[in-house]
Amino acid sequence: MSIFCKVPQAAPVAVFKLTQDFTKDQFPTKVNLGVGAYRTDEGQTWVLPVVKRAEKIIVSDDRLNHEYLPILGLPEFRSSVSRIALGDDSPAIQENRVGAVQCLGGTGALRIGAEFLRCFYNGNNNTKTPIYVSAPTWENHGAVFTSAGFQDIRPYKYWDAQTRGLDFVGFLSDLESCPERSIFVLHACAHNPTGTDPTQDQWKQIAQVMMRRKLFVFFDFAYQGFASGNLENDAWALRYFVSRGFELFCAQSFSKNFGLYNERVGNLTIVSRDTDNLKRVLSQMEMIVRTTWSNPPSQGARVVALTLTSPELFSEWKDNVKTMADRILLMRSQLKAKLQALGTPGTWDHITEQIGMFSFTGLNPKQVEYLVKEKHIYLMSSGRINMCGLTTKNIDYVAESIHEAVTVVQ
Amino acid sequence: MSVFSDVPQASPVAVFKLTADFREDSHPLKVNLGVGAYRTDDSQPWVLPVVKKVERLIVEDSSLNHEYLPILGLPEFRSAASKVALGDDSPAIAENRVGGVQTLGGTGALRIGADFLWRWYNGTNKTATPVYVSAPTWENHNGVFTDAGFKDIRPYRYWDAAKRGLDLTGLLDDLENAPERSIFVLHACAHNPTGTDPSQDEWKKIAEVMKRRKLFVFFDSAYQGFASGSLERDAWAIRFFVSDGFELFVAQSFSKNFGLYNERVGNLTVVAHDSKSLACTLSQMEKIVRTCWSNPPSQGARIVSKTLNSPELFAEWKGNVKTMADRVLLMRDQLKTKLQALGTPGTWEHITQQIGMFSFTGLNREYTTCTHTPAQAHPSVNMLCISELCQQSSTRVKHLTTCPDTAALDCDKYFKH
Repeated sequence: MSIFCKVPQAAPVAVFKLTQDFTKDQFPTKVNLGVGAYRTDEGQTWVLPVVKRAEKIIVSDDRLNHEYLPILGLPEFRSSVSRIALGDDSPAIQENRVGAVQCLGGTGALRIGAEFLRCFYNGNNNTKTPIYVSAPTWENHGAVFTSAGFQDIRPYKYWDAQTRGLDFVGFLSDLESCPERSIFVLHACAHNPTGTDPTQDQWKQIAQVMMRRKLFVFFDFAYQGFASGNLENDAWALRYFVSRGFELFCAQSFSKNFGLYNERVGNLTIVSRDTDNLKRVLSQMEMIVRTTWSNPPSQGARVVALTLTSPELFSEWKDNVKTMADRILLMRSQLKAKLQALGTPGTWDHITEQIGMFSFTGLNPKQVEYLVKEKHIYLMSSGRINMCGLTTKNIDYVAESIHEAVTVVQ
Repeated sequence: MSVFSDVPQASPVAVFKLTADFREDSHPLKVNLGVGAYRTDDSQPWVLPVVKKVERLIVEDSSLNHEYLPILGLPEFRSAASKVALGDDSPAIAENRVGGVQTLGGTGALRIGADFLWRWYNGTNKTATPVYVSAPTWENHNGVFTDAGFKDIRPYRYWDAAKRGLDLTGLLDDLENAPERSIFVLHACAHNPTGTDPSQDEWKKIAEVMKRRKLFVFFDSAYQGFASGSLERDAWAIRFFVSDGFELFVAQSFSKNFGLYNERVGNLTVVAHDSKSLACTLSQMEKIVRTCWSNPPSQGARIVSKTLNSPELFAEWKGNVKTMADRVLLMRDQLKTKLQALGTPGTWEHITQQIGMFSFTGLNREYTTCTHTPAQAHPSVNMLCISELCQQSSTRVKHLTTCPDTAALDCDKYFKH
């Protein structure tokens, strides 16, 4: 008898299961709109040319070795990525009150930040501080904070299914009525899964309430550059909050904007009131990292650091990012145009109003099931599609299929 | 007022602080005996030639991309890593009851294993299950299990300071008296920090008690190949326990034996009674990994996988590993010889009887004030750095020997978190 005999089978992670099912499917014109990774117009994965270049430089550099990185990570990575988020001329950086922890992708950054907050925020080891995540949000947010020990994960109103836009009134009302010092996970840009971001004015109002009610700001920043094609635009909300004087955390991911998904390149940027507080925070971050992964992996961080700190590579990277962002914008525009041309019931403006990799189509679970089973088009049951899964070759088939789903299935 | 104003300053992690202090020290004869990494005879880090070769192959391979790995990691890495631990002809593997979770180094493997045990092991009494770690042990063992949620971390007797060897009687005694189902962290070989391993007979005795008392076996295997120069020899204890029918975890690290410290290459090998239990266990491991790092980093795993799965590269790697192991053995031999030649008080047999990267010299803190080596949290020295001492004049080594009070160590100090 096994000591593990009572261990139950866990349900698979939905998005990976979707891709598995897609892979097994033999249908010739199948389409995968589930996966959260960039695809070229040929439906292929894309290693950014600048990444390929940086990797070759790294492998040829005999000065490099494989000695342990510091616990907090590669120094030139940490400083360059915090700068990319907050801006070269960030006063907070100049005032030495910005710190960074190199982490395992955005997930790792969220986890380390969450562990820290559980240990030290709002009292010691306070597992009862409410964590607010948007309704809906990335499916892993709640689980990360739960694993860090928090017991009270709550939704804040976000997506308005009726208007297919932001439920701003609901959002503000949740900010007003939540307990003081609650922690809010905000999507810095390209909200996952809705693709719907607050406007600058709306962000200003959100910030105002959060400051007054002493709410903790934890940005999830996975799409800088990838959303609008412009690094500064995509960082506007984050930089605004910093300029308003917030202390905050920002979990950055370089999975998408560098296409380095499997090298796990992330960073937890910490903005504190002053250097002294920052120093103590970082010392505790070291303790948390030490018992989790000890010190982070080098390869991805080297690629990113080299790229960001070398003017030529940096410029090439920005082009590569714009290539990806532009293709998505094109697919959005084409999908909307085709649905409108087909006279598909409903409004489809949200497809071009939304931003980033994902679109919340507004399709209901039955319609989604129809698409998966009858049309071999794979998407999340929430109706979320990955725009990168669309290509000039499959977009007609997808548009027609959506049309069919909406007219046949209520 | 900062939201962080009540956050206390944490003390630095001792071994990293040591290296930081060493770097700042400008003394010409400084030696860093604390670092836990291989050094060549010129005191330089060493990128294994086979690693360099494989890195080039990887960068030239246009069929490779950067898409997410599965949550449990690169499949060919996981199977190769478990195979290297358990043996090519392992019946357990043939019976489909062995699985691997690619993790962030040995630390990551320990942590995922600990997280799993905290959630699923020992019924409803999970948090209270005692976790036993050797006295002394790697300084991070305690912290990993604590942060996974365990409240009761205890020492089991291990190092006998008086005889500078294994306290087998004490170890067996602690095994007999531990609550049933306690978790024991065992060092598969090259015990860190003492360099003192049980003999095969001693392992058999340990296994007998552990089986009878239903104790959970969690091996930490960070030095396979690196200890004796032979992969098989260094895996003997693990393979014995598996052949003896134990279900167990093995936290494998490829930091040292591949010199891939900073790519964080590890594997948690799970040996279960049957494939169904294994499948359920792995599915829960996925959930744990998903909220920690989501899926693991590719580069290091690719290097190790390519190497282990290619006969030519595998042979080259074994050669590189033997190079490292042999240098350690040489340094041990030379240090003992020189100390004996100097007529240094005390016995120094333990230096060559111990195995692996570290040696518990038996020297105490006084040592650090006499020589120009930085103060250490514990007097475990990296044998590879001894080459510097050996190369220098005999006065240097004399410093080692003329310090007063080369008394036995108080191991309790090194147990605490």
